[in-house]
Formats: sequence, C-alpha cells, structure tokens
Amino acid sequence: MDAPAPRSKAEISGGAHTKREHDSAHKHVTGSADYIDDMPEPAGTLHGYLGLSDRAHAKITSLDLDAVRSADGVIAVLTAEDVPGANDISPSGRNDEPVLATGKVLFHGQPLFAVIAESRDQARRAAKRAIISYEDLPHAIDVRAAMDAGYRMVTEPMKLARGDVDAGLAAAPLRLKGDMRIGGQDHFYLEGHIAMAIPGEDDEVTVWSSTQHPSEVQHMVANALGTVSNAVTVQVRRMGGGFGGKETQSNQFAAIAAIAAKKLNRAVKLRPDRDDDMIITGKRHDFVVDYDVGYDETGRIHALDACFAARCGFSSDLSGPVTDRALFHADNCYFYENVRLVSKPMMTNTVSNTAFRGFGGPQGMLGGERVIEEIAYALGRDPLEIRKVNFYGGPGRDVTPYHQTVEDNIIERIVDDLETSSEYQTRRAEIIAFNQTSPVVRRGIALTPVKFGISFTATWFNQAGALVHVYQDGSIHLNHGGTEMGQGLNTKVAQVLAEEFQVDLDTIRITATTTGKVPNTSATAASSGTDLNGMAAANAAQQIKTRLIAFAAEKFHIPEDQVVFEPNHVRVGNELMPFGDFIKLAYLERVQLSAAGFYKTPDIHWDRASGKGRPFYYYAYGAAVSEVSIDTLTGEYQVDRVDVLHDAGRSLNPALDIGQIEGGFVQGMGWLTTEELWWDDKGRLRTHAPSTYKIPLASDRPKIFNVKLAEWAENRELTIRRSKAVGEPPFMLPISVLEALGMAVASIADYQVSPRLDAPATPERVLMAVERLKALAADDETSRI
Amino acid sequence: MTKSHIELTINGKKVEALVEPRTLLIHFLREQQNLTGAHIGCDTGHCGACTVDMDDMSVKSCMTFAVQAHGTEITTIEGVAHADGTLSALQEGFRMMHGLQCGFCTPGMILRAHRLLQENPTPTEDEIRHGISGNLCRCTGYVNIVKSIQYAAAKINGTPFQEAAE
Repeated sequence: MDAPAPRSKAEISGGAHTKREHDSAHKHVTGSADYIDDMPEPAGTLHGYLGLSDRAHAKITSLDLDAVRSADGVIAVLTAEDVPGANDISPSGRNDEPVLATGKVLFHGQPLFAVIAESRDQARRAAKRAIISYEDLPHAIDVRAAMDAGYRMVTEPMKLARGDVDAGLAAAPLRLKGDMRIGGQDHFYLEGHIAMAIPGEDDEVTVWSSTQHPSEVQHMVANALGTVSNAVTVQVRRMGGGFGGKETQSNQFAAIAAIAAKKLNRAVKLRPDRDDDMIITGKRHDFVVDYDVGYDETGRIHALDACFAARCGFSSDLSGPVTDRALFHADNCYFYENVRLVSKPMMTNTVSNTAFRGFGGPQGMLGGERVIEEIAYALGRDPLEIRKVNFYGGPGRDVTPYHQTVEDNIIERIVDDLETSSEYQTRRAEIIAFNQTSPVVRRGIALTPVKFGISFTATWFNQAGALVHVYQDGSIHLNHGGTEMGQGLNTKVAQVLAEEFQVDLDTIRITATTTGKVPNTSATAASSGTDLNGMAAANAAQQIKTRLIAFAAEKFHIPEDQVVFEPNHVRVGNELMPFGDFIKLAYLERVQLSAAGFYKTPDIHWDRASGKGRPFYYYAYGAAVSEVSIDTLTGEYQVDRVDVLHDAGRSLNPALDIGQIEGGFVQGMGWLTTEELWWDDKGRLRTHAPSTYKIPLASDRPKIFNVKLAEWAENRELTIRRSKAVGEPPFMLPISVLEALGMAVASIADYQVSPRLDAPATPERVLMAVERLKALAADDETSRI
Repeated sequence: MTKSHIELTINGKKVEALVEPRTLLIHFLREQQNLTGAHIGCDTGHCGACTVDMDDMSVKSCMTFAVQAHGTEITTIEGVAHADGTLSALQEGFRMMHGLQCGFCTPGMILRAHRLLQENPTPTEDEIRHGISGNLCRCTGYVNIVKSIQYAAAKINGTPFQEAAE
C-alpha cells in the first residue's frame, strides 16, 4: 500500500457553528456597502415624490394637479388613471389596496398621486401644490370605534377551540375577566423605503427595491404594468433594516417607480422622507384583548375564553395571518384544558397594519401573560409560580389550542437554569424587602418564558431556492431567495455552503438577491430565512458534490466513498488535491458545476377552517429575567438588569444569534415601554418622526445585560445543522420588562392588586397605574378605619 | 439660484465647489462628492445616520448647510481608515465585535464614536452609552456597539480589552 497522503489543514475557516462576523462588516465600517440610494444613478434618472390625502375617510370631489404639473422641473404627474395594468397591490388578493387612491380615500396619508421631476427637491416641492377637495365621511380610527360604527372585518376571523370552554369556566373554582390594550409599533428601519426602476427593452423593467419580498414586488409590478412576471426583475443586495416593514410595504414604491420609468422611458427613483414613510406605511397591529379565565387555588387554568381584536387599517394586507398568529401564541408555554380564542381583524380608517417581527405572536403572547399575571395577583403569589403550574407537560397536557402536540418542550429546563443563574429568588426577596421601606423608588423583577412557533402558517411559503455556481478556478458564487436586512442571513448561508464544500468562507461570494436567479421565493420573514435558504443552498451543493464524486470515482477507478471533501482539498483515493485543482479537472471533463437547490419544510399542514393541524415544524424557546426601578412620583423608570437564556438549537453562528437576541430584546422593550403611536381625532398620525416617536437609545439599554445561548440545545427536527430560527423569538423576552414594571407598581398595594399595565408602559401610564393603586390602597385603609 | 463658492478639506483633501445656499451638507457630500457612506435616515437630525466630523465636532450633516462647512475640515467614514487602507481601531472594533447588523447607522455611529474618544479617551461604559445616544440603531440593541467602542479605546490606549464572557 502507498503511504497515506498528507493531511490537509484540520479545519476550514468560517464553517458552520463558528462566530464569523457579518459578511458585509468590512464594507459597513468603511462606508462602502451600497444601499439603493448609494448606487450610481443611470444617466437621466428622475425622482418621484408622493402626494398624500389629508382626510381619514372622504370622497375626493376634485383633484386639481395643474399647479403641480407646471412646477419647476416636473416631468409628469401620475394618478390612478396612469396605472396601465391593475390599480392594485393587495398582497392578500382581495383587491382592496390601490397603487394610487381613486374616488375615495380611506386613511389620512393615503397616496393619491406621484410627481416625477428632474430632482427630488423639485418633486417634493411640486407635490405640495395640489388642490384637493373632499366630501368628508365618518371615520373610525381605533378598534372600539370601528366596532361601535359597525365596520367590517378586513378578512375572515379565526377561531381556535379545544375542550368545553363554557363548562370549564362555569365549573372552575375561581374566575376573573379583564381587558388589555396593546399598542402598535413603527418599524423604524434606519433606511426608509426606496425603489429605483430602470426601464428595459419591450415591456421589461428592472427594479432595485428595498424589500424583504422580491418575488412579490415582481408580481405586483408586473400586475400594475399589465404585463407578466418574466418582464420584471427585482433586485436587492441589502436593506438598512426591515423587521417586517418591507415585506409588503415595498410594493407601492416599486410599482409607482416602475410605472413612471416605463411611461417616461427613464430611470426613476422614489424615496419618501422619514415622516411620509411613517405615515404611508403600515405598522405592528395594536390589539384590544378581552379575557375570561377560570382557574383554581393553585393557579392552574381550567378554561380560557379570549378575543383578540386588532386595528388592521383600511385594507387586509397581512392582517389575516397576523391575527391568526396572535391566536397561535396566546398559549405561550401554557396548557389550557378548555380554550376558545377568536380574532377580530377590524377595518379602521388608518394605514393598513402589516408584518412586524413576531407577526401578531407578541400581542397574542402578551395577552396570555396578562392572564397569568392577573391570576398571580388575585392569589397573592409570584407570577413565576403560576407560570410553572401551567407549563405544557407530558401526555394529557401537551396539546395546543390548534391541536398540535408540543413534542420538543424544553421550557422547564430553560426556566430552571435561568432562575438559578440569575439568582431570581434571592433578588426577588431582596426587592420586596427594599420596597417595604423605600418611599419613592420601587423596584420590580419578573421572569417570563417564550415558546415561538417556527414556519409560515401559509404552508406553501415554506419553500426556498438557491443557485450555486462553482467556477473553474474553484471560487464559488452563492445566490439564494432570502434577503439580507442585517440579520446575517447571507453569512449563515455562506457558512453552510463552506461546510458542505469544505472550503474557507472567503472562497464564497454572496450576490444580490434577484428574481432572475431564484424564482418564486417567499418573503424573508417568519424567522425562516436561514432554515429555508440554508437548506436550499446545502441541497445545491450536494447536487454538485454528487456529480463531482461520480466523476472522480469513474476517472480514478475508485469507489465513491473514497472521494472525500476535506478542508480546502478533495481526497481522491490516496491523493489529496487542492479544491481548485480538482474543480479545474472536473471542468475539463465536462462536469456541470452549477446547481439550483430547493427545499420545502416537511411534515407541516394547517386547516384554518377547522382550526386543526401542525402549522409549526418546531418551537424555539427562551426566557428572560428583568429588573427595573420606577419613580412613583413621575412614573419614570430604568431597566437595571436583564438576564436571558435562549434556545437557538445548535447555533450556526453564535455571535450573530446573540446579536439577534440583544437587538430583538431592545426592540421589544421599545414596543412595550417608550414607543407610542398616537393618532388624533382627525385620524392623523402625530408620531411620525423620531422627534415624537421614541425608539430605545443606547442610554436606555439595560444597565446589566447578560445574554446566553442554551449551549445544550439542539433542534430535534432535521433543520439545517440542527439550528433553530432566531429572528423573532427573542422579541418577546422583554415581556419580562413590562411585568417587572407591573410588580414595581403593584408594590404600592402590597402586591394584592393586579397592576394591569397596558402597553406601551410609558412613564405616563406607569404613573397612572401607581395613582390607581394608591387610590385603591387609600380606600382600603379608609374602609379598615 | 445664485451659487456660493466654498472651500473646505474633506478627508484630508482640499475641495472647492459651487453650492446653492440651501444645499445641505449631506446632499453635498453624497451627491456632489460621491461620498455615500454617510446616510440619510430621518432628515431631521434625530437619528444620526448622517453624522460626520466637522472641525473636531460631531455634526449631523442633514441639518448643516454646505456653506456652513466653508473653511472647515471634515472627516467622513471614507476618511477614517489609516492612510495605508488598514482599518482604524474603531473600524476594527465594529467589525470584530459585531457592532453592526444592517449597517445603515454604522458610518454615523463610528464618526460619533471617533469624536467621543477624542473628547474622552477613557470613557466608562455608561459614558459611552450616553455619548452615543444621539445616534439611533434599530438592530443591535447597542450592546455590541458599546463593546466595539470599548475595544477601540483599549487598543488606542494600549490597555487590555477583555470581551465580556458570553
């Protein structure tokens, strides 16, 4: 026998499960990463700006645009009449969302016309010159007003039911009812919406769009142009943040830019300013939750009846699946013996609410956690005890309200580990002692769990494609259907590919997402980006490797199992060839070195009508302990310490995953504390800029912030390298912040009264809760005298 | 509109230009100088994505007129790296400590951190958090941004940097 061939370098650089930096990190720190507004503009590029309605609900009696047309630099003014195809960008297929409104306006800020001018400044100035007359119609801005006015729902409501809820409620030893208001949230992606359309030959157009869903933009642009998808190419290299706000909301800007580009045969760029972006585009749905719960002295829930009504805005958009997901998460980690959950997706005269990290799940989960909190205060117990009593368990206590069995439950271990590592019990006792003697500052602590279902509930979205080329020199080109918005998807998918081929990460070049390379993609949403696209890329690599192995086995007359991909080399029998040399050889022997990979999530199914199925492939888990201090004279507060333990399965990239957890936590904390959307009685959004809408600052961050991955966790399902999705689940961890604020408030009445803090718990709302409990405590005192 | 003649130094290079008096510095940098690293986030001076360094001060270039930059020295993200192209300590910190996700706020954040470390070469964690609170980041929760700045401060000062245990 020949001597064994020399061993190759032990490990590749940047394989799976390593802490690699974001693939664009170098470009970001040098200012060389191009966003759409940074790209060179084609010669003759024109700029668009939108004219908006200033009524919440009205008939348009006249739209006089003469002064707009005659303004300096204006090339064209487009209205609904200029839409050559369908004046519709409704992602739900309900034809309820026009590109440009016609006849009637349904919310304050609805786009009515687009000005196209030589410069953006000219377009913007001209847009202000329109003279619009309206005949006002009655409007309803929020959920309660819409219900009172008999408004319709934008989509069919959903019901999830199991057991006999009426009998369960009647038989339960204890019962309570209440309601909760849960605020919405603006995405505040740092890069606002933008589209640049470049006309092509015939009916072709290329659109650079800041979107999480290029395939849908392609479809909408084609539809609005009255052409077919093969005429439209949509591209995006990266977004400056998305968070769900660029899942459907990019359609309008892309469609208008494309219509203008085709009409004028010049490139057209459309970028609203921040205020208009916040006025025109949808947000997280705010909810009103009504609950009726039957329970016993141990805190165990016997029956829950709850209604989740959402402000959906003027159109359906994604409100159906968003309100569905609220119901899917109202159980969080808890088994409800008898349960009935219903959604009410209410139409309102506001901007059409849309996807936002968690997609209704956070609102559903918060409603469920409010119920736990209510029971705890009613019984005078630590809410954590009530949580544990209600956790999903073994057979008999493992079925969700949608009849999926929870098979991968690890919440008890997560919570136990965190309770110990954060010294929750000791700190809680210390805080209670502190509150007894502290006159003004009160503190609170809370531990809340998260269980989040992974998969699109629209089962057909759970598919993905990738296109992988290996060039003759051994360099690899990676393209997949997902989009990069900062989450590090491209880095993780490239790590998967590096691992498959056993090459260093820098062998792989990641390229812009384009509908021309991978068709019929799903939105990069529902935390699914890596799960789906990572698998598709692995599949493409495996196809190429299969061909390479067959080729080498035949050429060198060896069994296929003697062709092995080793770090940056391929072992062929006893010979170890550099990867590039091996590829060159394969090329010369005419081996196809390109493959389109595909993946679809197995084992999932969902029947909405019956409310039964297995909508989720698996669950991701986590838990957080938050500690806060409030000033009971002003309602101001600070988050003193947060400890998180989160399950990312076998993390593909622990550094990026921890970044998702930290970022998701702070974003969720903003939703529950300082971020307040406020409409006036005319239906005008008055918080449409960072001056009035407060996202967390660096100074708001928890003072101590310990974030850990559950190192022992592994996905029991065959996901990409046993990892778990991590985009959305951490967003719900800061429910612990809201509950800790609640505990600090509850200290006023010796923890005997539920604080019922609605979200966002702004300092004003904390102060009002403090005052309510002070009044109750005083009454109590008086009655004792 | 009559244009004004301005002379200034951008990233160490003398620049002369004609600008309309109403032109904002961010537009001048991005559209006339092709320096697209500074970004337009909110147009109103709140988000800090447009932050550049002007005569040893952090300025929000969306709220500064180009004519106000006449006679000044400006540093943008394109001028932060060392002359040989290697990354500055701050750039290295943001890259290695994962102080970025979508990257849109990064150039402004680095420029603000650059000035912060000139103002206070040995900031505490709390001073860093307050020192960058005029710059918004929606992705990271600021944890790794603070860490990146601590890394850079340590490297510049020649003191050891201990990444917090995970």
